[in-house]
Amino acid sequence: MAAELTQSGAEILLRALKDQGVEVIFGYPGGAVLPIYDALFQQNSIRHILVRHEQAAVHAAEGYARSTGRTGCVLVTSGPGATNAVTGLVDALMDSIPIVCLTGQVPTHLIGNDAFQEADTTGITRPATKHNYLVKRPEDLARVVHEAFYVASHGRPGPVVIDLPKDIVINKAPYTEPTVQHPSYRPRTEPDADQIAKAVALLRGAKRPVIYAGGGVINAGPEASALLTEFARTTGFPITNTLMGLGSYPASDPQFLGMLGMHGTYEANLVMHGCDVMLAIGARFDDRITGRLDAFSQGSQKIHIDIDGSSINKNVAVDIPIVADAGKALAALLAGWKASDAPVDKPALAAWWRQIDVWREKKSLKFTQDMKRGGIIKPQYAIQRLYEITRARKQEVFITTEVGQHQMWAAQHFNFEKPNRWMTSGGLGTMGYGLPAAMGVQLAHPDALVIDIAGEASIQMNIQEMGTLAQYRLPVKIFILNNQYMGMVRQWQELLHGSRYSETYSNALPDFVKLAESYHATGMRAQSVDELDAVIHAMLDCPTAVIADIAVDQAENCFPMIPSGAAHNEMLLGPEHEASGAGITDAGLALV
Amino acid sequence: MPGISDTTQRSATISVLVDNEAGVLARVIGLFSGRGYNIDSLTVAPVDDAGRRSRINIVTSGTSMVIEQIKAQLDRLVPVHRVADLTMDGPHVARELALVKVICTAEQRVEALQIGTSFRARVVDTTLGSFVFELTGATEKIDAFIELMRNLGLAEVSRSGIAALARGTRVI
Ligand SMILES: Cc1ncc(C[n+]2csc(CCOP(=O)(O)OP(=O)(O)O)c2C)c(N)n1
Ligand SMILES: [Mg+2]
Repeated sequence: MAAELTQSGAEILLRALKDQGVEVIFGYPGGAVLPIYDALFQQNSIRHILVRHEQAAVHAAEGYARSTGRTGCVLVTSGPGATNAVTGLVDALMDSIPIVCLTGQVPTHLIGNDAFQEADTTGITRPATKHNYLVKRPEDLARVVHEAFYVASHGRPGPVVIDLPKDIVINKAPYTEPTVQHPSYRPRTEPDADQIAKAVALLRGAKRPVIYAGGGVINAGPEASALLTEFARTTGFPITNTLMGLGSYPASDPQFLGMLGMHGTYEANLVMHGCDVMLAIGARFDDRITGRLDAFSQGSQKIHIDIDGSSINKNVAVDIPIVADAGKALAALLAGWKASDAPVDKPALAAWWRQIDVWREKKSLKFTQDMKRGGIIKPQYAIQRLYEITRARKQEVFITTEVGQHQMWAAQHFNFEKPNRWMTSGGLGTMGYGLPAAMGVQLAHPDALVIDIAGEASIQMNIQEMGTLAQYRLPVKIFILNNQYMGMVRQWQELLHGSRYSETYSNALPDFVKLAESYHATGMRAQSVDELDAVIHAMLDCPTAVIADIAVDQAENCFPMIPSGAAHNEMLLGPEHEASGAGITDAGLALV
Repeated sequence: MPGISDTTQRSATISVLVDNEAGVLARVIGLFSGRGYNIDSLTVAPVDDAGRRSRINIVTSGTSMVIEQIKAQLDRLVPVHRVADLTMDGPHVARELALVKVICTAEQRVEALQIGTSFRARVVDTTLGSFVFELTGATEKIDAFIELMRNLGLAEVSRSGIAALARGTRVI
């Protein structure tokens, strides 16, 4: 006879979370999860962080996950709690962030009855998650929790929802220990040796190679970034990062070309366009990277390493597909390269670098800052100063962003030397991501400097989290590049829609200094270039959370830019450069 | 084997072994609708004694790249154990079952029965004014039968969608 059950489902749930190493849960209570909150109240091993909106709970867990490499955990109630979390889940799905999100549900006997706060959470979140579960039997509860953590963190990481009917967490349930294997989900991590050998042969013969590395390298752990660096240095190949991959290769290294893609550097995009061998690692050839597909790097042979087989040959046909963990594949490539005595075309490589240096001379990120007293602050300059001042302080710095021009300028002008220091919403482009993500980062790294580089529009999408910062004394710094416009949208309107600024002016803005103060934080403002440094220093010195409202040039556009539907060699450069680019085609107008 | 960049459309019969759990069919169908893939036919039923595994057979079409993508997308679903492309992996048999109701006049009855016999259709229901034929076979055979019945009082069709297996000793 089975041993008598002594623990409630809620207690079993917490025990399973603890066994999975969960230390922090971001959540928000409600009727369906009351028993779980009651169990939380009666234990000390898991810390609960009360957010102010469930979307923010997921973003906070994402920030926690991305800055630590661990799985983030979320707890929300049924119905509106679950639906509020959906944006965060899709964000984590698009950017491959491991999250386990527990959602309350009405008791099993009421499911399907349109009960109060009932939503078909597994139905709604099916396309929003990597996988989801509805627990219908107490004996499944612990196993499902263990499975969920396994699925979230193995293979290509992603969010997993566990829907928990109220009776399941109230009634007694048995405990089962974590198992290491999943019955059906066993992603391949070891690269195929023959494919690696082919890749090494192709790479050694390359005349115009490029390494194109994305967020998958960061997801594969810091060792993968170290191996990437070693591989690039061993081969002497130029390397570019996607938005998600920034930090996987030290930005200060001379072989680094900067970010590629829609707002990438001139040299990175032209290297992609003109290369003869491309090594893509943990990157997925999305439309922000490729520009017009039929013009994308036509002359190259491509090697693609990805842990998700469905990312390979999805948008771009490749010559050597390798399904594997990025770190393991890089280790194999490095070993193969070192063991090979196939000749390397040194003169061709040297010529390629000379060409790259010519492209670099364009200085595609350059801008001119008026340094006179009262000069209008260029947003790029504000980020550059933030970077220089924080670097001089030698403190660990983590940057999150909202979405818009400020995000792209941050990617261009804040240089990352190490992985896991840069958190941004890449795939979904979720305004409102940065502040809650910064909360999660700060919780995981209490002594680090955590800065949300924000726009004045985006920050209002989760501004309520100022309350969470105050409650937990999280000294997050919010650095608003305030251009009084939804700048990125305004830029498209200027370039594509005859400067008709339909609904993109940030009207009726709050006084951000007073807003900070009313949330028990510190507010400060820089109106002109002569005030900037002092405000940055004051912000960094301040022991509390800060909103620094930086008034920047309202008309500034983010360049370089590959317009939708254009090819890499049809990039638009900024006003600092002579007229360039082919402009936007009609087909491009229809793209986002 | 056609290359990945081949842009001609082909039909593919894909069999998928899945855990027989709630929502698994919704996951597969959602994948097809969400990503804009075609489903020409779909069948699903448990296939082991314990009822723990189901087999889903899908007939779809697209370029090689799309079909490879469909397989890869199916393969990464958590409850999926195996994905096999029966069309590419070697010869296979694919059969479906159809029930075909014909409401017809006396002269048409004779002809319908004759055609039914030549297609090896069984009559599973008869009234003075109607027949229900049961017919199994390849999709084209069933299409042909239905086409012929159109002039003989075809009233209603119910088709199972295809079930398929690899020929010979191969199993998925
Ligand atoms: C939730 C959400 N809604 C709408 C958009 C579309 N969008 C992209 S950037 C942007 C403007 C952002 O403005 P702001 O935060 O001020 O940043 P800026 O571009 O001015 O730096 C908008 C509306 C989005 N990305 N996310
Ligand atoms: Mg703005």
